[in-house]
Amino acid sequence: MANEWPLWEVFIRGQHGMSHRHVGSLHAPDEKMAMNNARDVYTRRNEGVSIWVVQAKDITASDPSEKGPMYEPSESKVYRHPTFYDIPDEAGPM
Amino acid sequence: MITHSNQTADSRHLLEFVLRQGDNALVLGHRMSEWCGTGPALEEDIALANTALDLIGQTQMWLAYAAELEGRDRSANDLAFMRDATDFRNLLLLEQPNRDFGHTMMRQFLFDAYQVPFLQALESSADQRVADIAAKSGREARYHLERSSDIVIALGDGTEESHRRMQDALDRLWSYAGEMFVTDETDIAMHNAAIAPDLKLIHAQWNDTVQARLNKATLAVPDSTFVHKGGKNGVRHEEHLGHMLATMQVLQRSYPNSVW
Amino acid sequence: MYAQMVKSSGEGVKTAGEMDAQERAFQSRIDAGEKIEPKDWMPAAYRKTLIRQIGQHAHSEIVGQLPEGNWITRAPTLERKANLLAKVQDEAGHGLYLYCAAETLGVSRDELFDMLHTGKMKYSSIFNYPTLTWADMGAVGWLVDGAAIMNQVPLQRTSYGPYARAMVRICKEESFHQRQGFHIMMTMCNGSVAQKEMAQDALNRFWYPSLMMFGPSDKDSVHSAQSMAWKIKMDSNDDLRQRFVNATAPQAEFLGLTIPDDKLAFNEDTQQYDFSEPDWEEFYEVLKGNGPCNRDRLETRQRAWSDGEWVREGMMAHADKRRNANQTAA
Repeated sequence: MANEWPLWEVFIRGQHGMSHRHVGSLHAPDEKMAMNNARDVYTRRNEGVSIWVVQAKDITASDPSEKGPMYEPSESKVYRHPTFYDIPDEAGPM
Repeated sequence: MITHSNQTADSRHLLEFVLRQGDNALVLGHRMSEWCGTGPALEEDIALANTALDLIGQTQMWLAYAAELEGRDRSANDLAFMRDATDFRNLLLLEQPNRDFGHTMMRQFLFDAYQVPFLQALESSADQRVADIAAKSGREARYHLERSSDIVIALGDGTEESHRRMQDALDRLWSYAGEMFVTDETDIAMHNAAIAPDLKLIHAQWNDTVQARLNKATLAVPDSTFVHKGGKNGVRHEEHLGHMLATMQVLQRSYPNSVW
Repeated sequence: MYAQMVKSSGEGVKTAGEMDAQERAFQSRIDAGEKIEPKDWMPAAYRKTLIRQIGQHAHSEIVGQLPEGNWITRAPTLERKANLLAKVQDEAGHGLYLYCAAETLGVSRDELFDMLHTGKMKYSSIFNYPTLTWADMGAVGWLVDGAAIMNQVPLQRTSYGPYARAMVRICKEESFHQRQGFHIMMTMCNGSVAQKEMAQDALNRFWYPSLMMFGPSDKDSVHSAQSMAWKIKMDSNDDLRQRFVNATAPQAEFLGLTIPDDKLAFNEDTQQYDFSEPDWEEFYEVLKGNGPCNRDRLETRQRAWSDGEWVREGMMAHADKRRNANQTAA
């Protein structure tokens, strides 16, 4: 158990023009095998056109207990939200 | 590598050639499917099944074509499930039992290293059907080779035990690899008809791939040049094939003319 | 179901007054339909129960490969072989997703395997029954996957995010499994007399074990009450079983097969099917290890794991060597 293959997170861009999306995890000894395994495990039905793998331990995640301060700044920037901009209907769909 | 000519291939040789491809895929696919549920890790279990599924798909294409060429109103399934071992045309290498994961992956690697250049050459075959099947199978074979090479290299280089097991597998399987390059009258007829490449050229490419990757795997290529023969011409299979077929064909043989 | 009789705290559902502030906040998030994510605070018992449930579910997927794997090498046509292999491969994939979901709770896959191999964790009772004929591939797909779907569809809404997401993926992939099984049954029932007999025999053997998959009635179970409050169990065992019988009985009729239950009949008053309970003594014996295949199934998994050890270690050793070489070079 001491020598368990490390955990990898898998991200796949399913279609051109879309972002990579987290699809799941897997175990693999190194990045090459992780890539092979991602292809075998997560694109069995050819969902993927592009795959990223990253070792789970290398991901820095926000701490939910600090949810307030982390999310406050963007919440207060109302101009980031599309509804902030009052656009006349005549301009058409946007 | 394939030189086109206007010569029409003897249909008997074409059928024999297509059967060989179909039986290779059928027999190796069956061996790989035997792993399902017992792989060394879940990820490997899934990958082994993918290889098996690719090979079953290839079997369907090749044997469907063989059945048409044969013209006896038989289907791909009839060819797979109703022929006796003596009628099979697969390489002896591929009917070898799985033994351990090392043997399985070494067998796969030795075959993949042949399939990749071989199918690539078939893509420009004078026979359009052969070319089409090769184009689809070739993509799969390239991925199989990538995966089997990675594993052979990793396990050859890995621990003392994994190295020993991979060397054992190589020593045991080496004398079966040569049958891929044994050229008989069917191979010559196919080459002359520009349907298939000269196996000498494939052999050279295979040697380069295998030598380079076995070096990386720190494995020693056996110096024996002995070659076991008798699979691709069906003259003398080993005992393994009969047992495989007894399992594979049991339902079709026990309940003939049934729909499944 | 795939997770049967999962124990929770055993203390019953706490009232709001018995909960501390953190527990109250947690429960109100669940009541509001929010998802709990790995780094969120959660009661220790919630975590523990989930590990048991997801672990058991994952084990069921990979042990569940074996009864169907038993027929891959004997599948009667190339098409059937490919379909069955793809289905059993999906089960390995589903096991993998679920082990990964369990890992977000702080337990490793190897630890979970170890608990399976040493008998500390269970898998579904259904996989301790043998698959004796090709028709069993039909019955397993139709009944066993059918029963699993009854449970898994609602679990897509479960409160734990990684578990819910795994279930979404599983349900999406599983849609073809039950159809595949039913199609085999249809083909057998439209086939020769011998084939139809095989189909009836498979139904006879798998009917009651399928009903057992939902577990005994849990209307008085403190464990189930707690799990339902936490939304890691969405329906009672009896409700799911009834839904399964309601769905399956007309399908059997369509196939021209007889469900082995004299009491089975549509009840006009309740608009549901009445049916006989399975033999719960047998169920408890199977759970204890006395089913026809318990020992074989577990031994197969243990052997696969120990035979694979040199492979896992060899590949890891190579990866370590490469990493060290890269570091030295850099």
